[in-house]
Amino acid sequence: MDAIRQQFFDFDIMRQAWPMLLEGLVMTGLICLVVIPIGLLAGIGAALLSLSERRIVRWPSIAFVDLFRALPPIVLLIFVYAGLPFAGIRPSPFEAVAIAFLLNNAAYYGEIYRAGILSIGRGQSEAARSTGLGAGQTMLYVVLPQAVRNVLPDLVSNTVEVVKLTSIASVVSLAELLYQADMARSVTYNASPIVAAAGIYLVILWPLVRLVSRLERRIAA
Amino acid sequence: MDEAATTMTPGERFIETYFNAAVMERYLPAILDGFVVTLQLAVLVVVSGILLGLALACLRAYRVRPLNVLIVCFADILRALPPLVLILIAYFGLPNVGVSLSAFAVIWIVLTLALAAFAEEIFWAGILSVAPGQWQAARSTGLSFTQTLLSVILPQAVRLTVPPLTNRAIAVTKSTALGMVIGLSDVLGAATTAQSFSGSATPLMMAAIAYVILFLPFVVVARWLESRFKWRHA
Amino acid sequence: MTRPSTSSIAADRLVSDARAERGSILELIALHKSYGPLDVLKGIDLKVKPGEMVFLIGPSGSGKSTLLRCCNRLEEPTSGAVIVEGEDITAPSVDLNKARRRIGMVFQSFNLYPHKTALGNVTLALVKVSRLSRAAAREKAMAALADVGLADKAAAYPAELSGGQQQRVAIARALALEPKVMLFDEPTSALDPELVGDVLDVMRKVRAAGMTMLVVSHEMRFAAEAADRVVFMDGGVIVEEGPPSAVFGAPREARTQAFLSRVKH
Repeated sequence: MDAIRQQFFDFDIMRQAWPMLLEGLVMTGLICLVVIPIGLLAGIGAALLSLSERRIVRWPSIAFVDLFRALPPIVLLIFVYAGLPFAGIRPSPFEAVAIAFLLNNAAYYGEIYRAGILSIGRGQSEAARSTGLGAGQTMLYVVLPQAVRNVLPDLVSNTVEVVKLTSIASVVSLAELLYQADMARSVTYNASPIVAAAGIYLVILWPLVRLVSRLERRIAA
Repeated sequence: MDEAATTMTPGERFIETYFNAAVMERYLPAILDGFVVTLQLAVLVVVSGILLGLALACLRAYRVRPLNVLIVCFADILRALPPLVLILIAYFGLPNVGVSLSAFAVIWIVLTLALAAFAEEIFWAGILSVAPGQWQAARSTGLSFTQTLLSVILPQAVRLTVPPLTNRAIAVTKSTALGMVIGLSDVLGAATTAQSFSGSATPLMMAAIAYVILFLPFVVVARWLESRFKWRHA
Repeated sequence: MTRPSTSSIAADRLVSDARAERGSILELIALHKSYGPLDVLKGIDLKVKPGEMVFLIGPSGSGKSTLLRCCNRLEEPTSGAVIVEGEDITAPSVDLNKARRRIGMVFQSFNLYPHKTALGNVTLALVKVSRLSRAAAREKAMAALADVGLADKAAAYPAELSGGQQQRVAIARALALEPKVMLFDEPTSALDPELVGDVLDVMRKVRAAGMTMLVVSHEMRFAAEAADRVVFMDGGVIVEEGPPSAVFGAPREARTQAFLSRVKH
């Protein structure tokens, strides 16, 4: 019992590691600030393309989405970071994370938006078009607001996944929360810094997980 | 880097870099071994994760207060924590308290728990979605609570859970690639090793292709399940 | 020209009368529509005069809704022309969104935007298509809502309104754009019987203000009382047309007689 406390819950070590963890948390926040808005926007693009009436647009878009849903994000990240330099493109760790997350998020958010758009009856766009709104206006003012509301739980849930996923940035040595915690672990030979990092993730994400549950129940009701 | 590289067309250079036949031939056996490891893990995680999740959801149906609080906390925590965090804690922390697990076992256990958390929530939502009249009708015919749950409620609940469960199982199973971080020789582990030995990007491309071969069919099936599901409820 | 200030609908009437004079305001010429091998419309010719209220009746599957939806190209006609105020709106050069502003449409299922209030439903196209300022759009929308008797529900969301009220908001949404023609696609079919009357009252009022109306409906009594002309369709063609007294009172065609005797019982 004591061994467990010492190995996982050594508060002295946690305190020592705290400044490092904070730095990591800032980087994690920075990654989120970049990849989540971009992902939310790129997802709309992916959804619209994969719903295009033109087959030549629709099929490649669906193939793109499925491809990046089939690839593990960490594979994508390592490919971008370690594979692209062979083609003369040398992204920094942060750029590599941004690129990999853009591709992964466009696919995942895209599928969510797509389901949302499909959930809106044809009557809505027909009514809008009959008043003279163009296709783009109809999408922007009539279909998308309703679609987003219908899939809000999925959007939030995926955003939780994205925040969790930022932890893989540690494998390309980007000094985010988990990377810093693992550095502290390797210096102290003690897992407590990672447990502390887990605590930070919990504090941030548990409320969001609860929110998802509540949103899901409200939609179902 | 050989002399010929300078005279190659961009297309040839691309092939040479990412689809180098010699490199492919040399590392194909290693990647295939990794593929077997990934496949084993994937099957194990899906089976144990879904079974554990189903068991927890069924337990929750008995509505024993303290037990339910534990189940909800388990599901919330496992859904809020990045799997990589748990993997590092288990792999680097546990040996110091006398529990030494292989990388394979760590990935299996952590991902099983992660999938079980999501599966529990999905099954629970499915159980709740069955109309209360079904419970009442079954109980009125003399079926016990457990009989009602297993033979009346679950069969109806499970149908609704198939599309979200498929998506979640794919997402969690893809995380087996995280094993690379703790030295697991799965597809990604084998590929990164091969990449550093060969100095070529080809093994990474092979890994990407291997994952696409493994997961794309499930992604396509999930898409099909979802559209069928929507159509049925339209 | 002096505009009467009483109602925006009345003002429209003067404009449309002046423009179209005695010709037709809406004209369909040899309209065909097919879905693959299935011919839904087999050559429809129809002229609607300004201020006229024309009822399309017929069994389900006779193509009346398709005909209506071809008038603003929600359905793309396979061939033939749709002339609105002398302009062929099936021509490739036509700005369809502009043309649609002159053709209001009311749907069976209302199709109000659930995320917008009654007022928001009406102002959206005024702001985004007619490019009115928010204040002007609001003023016009309030006038339209007053025309359908729902000024007090401007802030309500569709979910808070009865079906009849929703349909009246939908009529206001179309009216506010000052269309020259209004299309009604079974406007009362989705309503509980006790709510039908309110919607019909509003349609009477719109007609009294001089609006040109093309209506698909099963309300035969309303058609008999209010329509200038009744058009009976079956199998994708116009079988018989004339004033309601003639079509309802003494139908010439056997198919019309069969249909009318069925709906009367």
